[in-house]
Parts: sequence; C-alpha cells; structure tokens
Amino acid sequence: MELLERFAGGDLEAFEALFRQHQKEVYSWIVRIVRDSGIAEDLTVETFWRIYRARDRFHPAANFRAWARRIATNAALDHLRTARREIELPEDLAGAGAADPAVRRETLEQIQRAFFQLSAKYRLVATLALIEEEPYDKIAEAVGIPAALVKVRVFRAVRVLRKKLHSLGAEVGAK
Amino acid sequence: MSNEENNKEINELLRQALAPLRAPELRRDLWPQMLCKLDEQPPRVPWFDWALAAILCAVLLLFPGAIPALLYHL
Repeated sequence: MELLERFAGGDLEAFEALFRQHQKEVYSWIVRIVRDSGIAEDLTVETFWRIYRARDRFHPAANFRAWARRIATNAALDHLRTARREIELPEDLAGAGAADPAVRRETLEQIQRAFFQLSAKYRLVATLALIEEEPYDKIAEAVGIPAALVKVRVFRAVRVLRKKLHSLGAEVGAK
Repeated sequence: MSNEENNKEINELLRQALAPLRAPELRRDLWPQMLCKLDEQPPRVPWFDWALAAILCAVLLLFPGAIPALLYHL
C-alpha cells in the first residue's frame, strides 16, 4: 500500500515517514514567516499535529507537500495573530548587519517597528512576497486565496507601512 | 517621488531591515517532540462548560425568541 494511503488510514509508521520527509521543508517555510527558529520548531510540530488529526480528510491522490504547506501557513498565521508583537528581532535572524551603510540604522529600526505593527494577514504576505521574494502563485496556494488577492494584500501592506513610517517620522519616500 | 518609486524604496528598506533567510536549516530532528505531542491526552472539556452549554440549549428551546438577541450579541 502506498505511503499516503497508509497515512490516511491512520498508520503511525507512515506518518513518521512523512514527518521525516517533510519536516525540514515545513520548518523552512514557517521560519521565513515567523522569523524565529524556536517558534518555527514548535509550529512545525503543531503543523504535523494538525496534519495527523486531519488525516481522514486527506485524499491519497492529492499533493501532500502543498497540503502540508497550507496547514503550516495557517499555523504560522494563527501564531502571528495571537503572539505579542515583537519589536526586537532575534539577533541571528534580524539581518541588521546586512544594512546598506548609507541608510541610517534608525530608519531600519522604524521599518522593523512599523512592519511588526502590521496585521497578521498583511505581515504574512508581505514577508513572503517582499522579503523572501516567493512567487505570488506559491503564496496564493499556501494561503488559500487567489494570486490577485495576494497582490492586493501586498499592495495594501506597503501602503499601511508607508503611512506608519510617515507617522513615525521616518524619512522614506517623502512625497 | 511617485508612489511606485516610493514603494520600491520601501521594499528595498524592508529587505535591509529584515533580511531574507536564505535556506534556513532545521538543526534537530523534531520527531521526539512530535511523539510527545501525540501522546498528550486530548483536552477535556470541564463539566462546568457542559453545564453552561446545557443551560443555554434549554433556554433557547424554551425561549426561541431569544435566538436573534443572542446572535446580535455574539
């Protein structure tokens, strides 16, 4: 019997095999969204927990990878909605050292602050589209919305970010 | 500065402020953690919650006119 059929039938060994096959990819997707390795590990386990509980609804002919990514995205989104809005980024993930020397550190901090004030759904698409530069259709599939709506959310996220930066007094693209 | 240029500048600054994570690696196997989660008992609903739900159902059955009011306040 195929691995996915065995998994859908509740076989724990099949689930373990799928877990080991996909845990790195799921983690890699989640950490890009939440930008914290510890939280991403917890959410990876949470994702597979949701996958295991939903095994009855999984059709073995379906694309397990895409299904897992969608569940992972939902888990990450739930985290963004409920977690305290972090202002300080973990040092290993913040990437502050990559800043252009011509740009003032203060402006970058204001951008970080403004970004973490965005609502979860905007932060999710903005992170994936603008920072990680993932294609719109891949984001759309992961979020479960049309690609056109992803574009709209990215556009709105940038607009909100611009307003927040303006209110914070950042010198960015003064009109 | 046009909106498009403005957006490009914001995108660029965003990438500098929050650098992309190139090929982030999982540092350990998460299967043992997964097993612990699988072994956890499913959360039990306290008896008090069941009692409240039963009372609510009884009230709604006895006073169906309260349903719109309840929905309004949800």
